[in-house]
Amino acid sequence: MLKRFVLFCENFGAALIMLANSARHLKTLPRQFSRFIDQCYLIGYTTMPIVTILSFFIGSVLALQSGYSMENFGANQFIGTLVGLSMARELGPVMVAILVTGRAGSAITAELASMNVYQEIDALKTMNIPPERILVLPRLVAVLFMMPVLSMVANLCGWYGGAIVCQYTQFISVDTQSYFAALKRYMNFKDILDGLMKAEVFGFVVVTICCHIGLTVRGGPREIGAAVTNAIVTSLIFILVLDYFITMALL
Amino acid sequence: MPADTANPFTGTTVGISVENVNKSYGNVNVLRDISLDVKPGEIFCIMGPSGSGKTVLLKQIVGLEKPTSGRVLIDNFDASDPETRTKVHLAFVFQAGALFNSLSVYDNLALYPREHRLGDENSIRERVRHALSILSLEKAADKMPSELSGGMKKRVAIARALVMEPQLLVYDEPTAELDPILSATISEIIATLREQIAVTSLVVTHDRALALGIADRIAIIMDGRIRTISTAQELKHNTEPIITDFMNPVIDPKNPRFRKLEPNNE
Ligand SMILES: Nc1ncnc2c1ncn2[C@@H]1O[C@H](COP(=O)(O)OP(=O)(O)O)[C@@H](O)[C@H]1O
Ligand SMILES: [Mg+2]
Repeated sequence: MLKRFVLFCENFGAALIMLANSARHLKTLPRQFSRFIDQCYLIGYTTMPIVTILSFFIGSVLALQSGYSMENFGANQFIGTLVGLSMARELGPVMVAILVTGRAGSAITAELASMNVYQEIDALKTMNIPPERILVLPRLVAVLFMMPVLSMVANLCGWYGGAIVCQYTQFISVDTQSYFAALKRYMNFKDILDGLMKAEVFGFVVVTICCHIGLTVRGGPREIGAAVTNAIVTSLIFILVLDYFITMALL
Repeated sequence: MPADTANPFTGTTVGISVENVNKSYGNVNVLRDISLDVKPGEIFCIMGPSGSGKTVLLKQIVGLEKPTSGRVLIDNFDASDPETRTKVHLAFVFQAGALFNSLSVYDNLALYPREHRLGDENSIRERVRHALSILSLEKAADKMPSELSGGMKKRVAIARALVMEPQLLVYDEPTAELDPILSATISEIIATLREQIAVTSLVVTHDRALALGIADRIAIIMDGRIRTISTAQELKHNTEPIITDFMNPVIDPKNPRFRKLEPNNE
């Protein structure tokens, strides 16, 4: 147990050093614009379809469930508020973070781990090119750019999912107009901003974890798979634990 | 650093001095008290059985790992200090090539000059073309590493090292897995490079033809220790049984070697 804790602290420290090393190369970012765009594509664009589909259905289910339970005390007109707030503050960012972990984080770890195992990272070092500069930095900046975009898309899809369910489900039958009126009435811009901020933190942490684990793999090709699993599990734990603390801090 | 397009590979050569290097992983001693000097401009070969620690020694020399004790100096700079790589240009040709799989051959070569901003895209193209032409790889420029044969990968790895305009070129088994003709070609390339760009070369190899053909001096490592350092001529006339057996193993099915192999407990 103690050994595990020490190992965790070591990794945590090493990840911080990696971040510091990446930050030192921030001024090379303009030169790396094409790498940044590539990573935006890989992190944002490839995750987009699954984000739209899943958030649409999460919004729908949310409306369905709350419609079912709120019908009893005639609170149907507040479904819009409930779906709107839950998506923006909680479900949107967490879901996007989980999908980015599964779709982009796993790919990042797999790529960096295989570069490591096949000595490409060593080759970079002998060429005096810091791996943090060309491998970590563009990914971190890209995820910071794409998380708000993905979260906003998730919010919109979730809201519309809820709206459609409300309109066409018999026992709810709240028309779209009053759904969105309720959504707007009790929601502040700050609620959306809080959600986006959460998403930023999640995205940054996930990419940091995935890069760190990929870059520190030891051994042969078999370890690549283990590293990906490790990165996903660690990221998910971090997302859910951080979620609690950020929510507490933001409320 | 301005790129001299007429002959881009110019520079001053550097020497290496390995001083009492030990390296252990956990409690396994891989290198034991290794000392050797490579003179500027020399072609120095290191030979030895598989698993004797040759690759590990190279990792200490190029600064990918730090010796457990002792030190490596390149041109009087400590090899394990990251700053050293900004002072001396060294290039390492990995045993497996270590090409960047996501980049084309051209981009593999262009990465170093681009990242270090050695001239504009035009002069970089000249530089990359020149390196490709030295290894007759012009046609492969647009291929991806996964499309190359083993021998071509090796040549691309050497070309990528050349683009760095190194003062010191370190090769890890450049001819392993190649057919005899290609091996001879690589040996010729290594020898020619010294004439063309006056580079110091350190070559780890099992290839007797290569070592005896082009090396100024040859070191033999066994079990992490240096057995002998000598010229090719001296090595040919060495009569120590362990050396002659390594250089000219006699195949004897009646008395097979593997029967004599023992689990060597450290
Ligand atoms: N990172 C490492 N951790 C533990 N042992 C290692 C490591 N790298 C190499 N070794 C051991 O060092 C010995 C020498 O390896 P190496 O230098 O690769 O041999 P070769 O002379 O064939 O290149 C081998 O027994 C190998 O198992
Ligand atoms: Mg080796």
